[in-house]
Amino acid sequence: MAVDEGLKIELGKQGVFVTTIEELYNWGRRNSVWPMQFGLACCAIEMIATTMARYDLARFGAEVFRPSPRQADLMIISGTVTKKMAPQVVRLYNQMAEPRYVIAMGACAISGGPFKQGYNVLKGIDRYIPVDVHIPGCPPRPEALIQAFMTLQKKIDEQPLTGAGRPRHLDAEAQGEFPVPEQGAHDLEPTSNKGVWTVPVVIR
Amino acid sequence: MASNSYFSLAVLFLAALGFGLAPLVLAWLWGKAFSPAKPNAIKNSIYECGLESRGDAWMQFRSAYYLYAIIFLIFDVEAVFLLPFAVAFTGLGAAACGAMLVFVLMLIEGLAWAWAKGVLTWA
Repeated sequence: MAVDEGLKIELGKQGVFVTTIEELYNWGRRNSVWPMQFGLACCAIEMIATTMARYDLARFGAEVFRPSPRQADLMIISGTVTKKMAPQVVRLYNQMAEPRYVIAMGACAISGGPFKQGYNVLKGIDRYIPVDVHIPGCPPRPEALIQAFMTLQKKIDEQPLTGAGRPRHLDAEAQGEFPVPEQGAHDLEPTSNKGVWTVPVVIR
Repeated sequence: MASNSYFSLAVLFLAALGFGLAPLVLAWLWGKAFSPAKPNAIKNSIYECGLESRGDAWMQFRSAYYLYAIIFLIFDVEAVFLLPFAVAFTGLGAAACGAMLVFVLMLIEGLAWAWAKGVLTWA
């Protein structure tokens, strides 16, 4: 049950702090997002810079980069996803604990970027796994990654614990496993996961 | 029963056992009640580098590796005893130096034996 905003401020002036379970729960969740420690290409350098002292991702509670998907909440797709690498990325995503989030960092992770025409480059990781935040840039500056992070925090904060739009771990119906693509004769098979990505209709 | 002198030991043993097991049981119960379980075959698999694991972890290692273990031990034990010896070196008499010399010579003898046996040559 939501607390009336005006009443909350009025009570705060009187020294009474009012909150809801939902607010507390999401406050905890958004301030303890642990990213997974892996970098795919040059965007990873910017990601590393973001965690270092100058940009200091620790301010957002996300400095703990975990080397295991079991302990990570956030996957930062930092760079070009080649078709060789895509199955591993999807498998790691499957191994992450719920609730899990994905940031597609940079032009390559979003769409293939400057290497889009390459036969070996995946044209966007959102063909296989649901992406929460896309950040454009080649590579995006650390400020842009922090912006993406704050956007994700906002998104987590706004998730209700019940009803539509609740986080995936509280939704028994939500999809938990995403099929891992396999190397086919000419391309990855399948070329995209159903329900995650709708193949755009080409009009010639 | 309580008059038995080993009674307190048994109580301590049970307490120690409970101390170890209680966190495990509590963690299991907490997980049962609250953990957002969305298991799938990939999540329950063993390896975590993104690749599928191949083969069995319960493989055999060559027994000949014992030689490397023994040679490692020679240097390891030597370092452990030499360090306090070196720290207290100025305050030690001739007898202590002699004893240490015998110790080091014994270890050198082991190394010489391994050398003579051809263990140090990487085949």
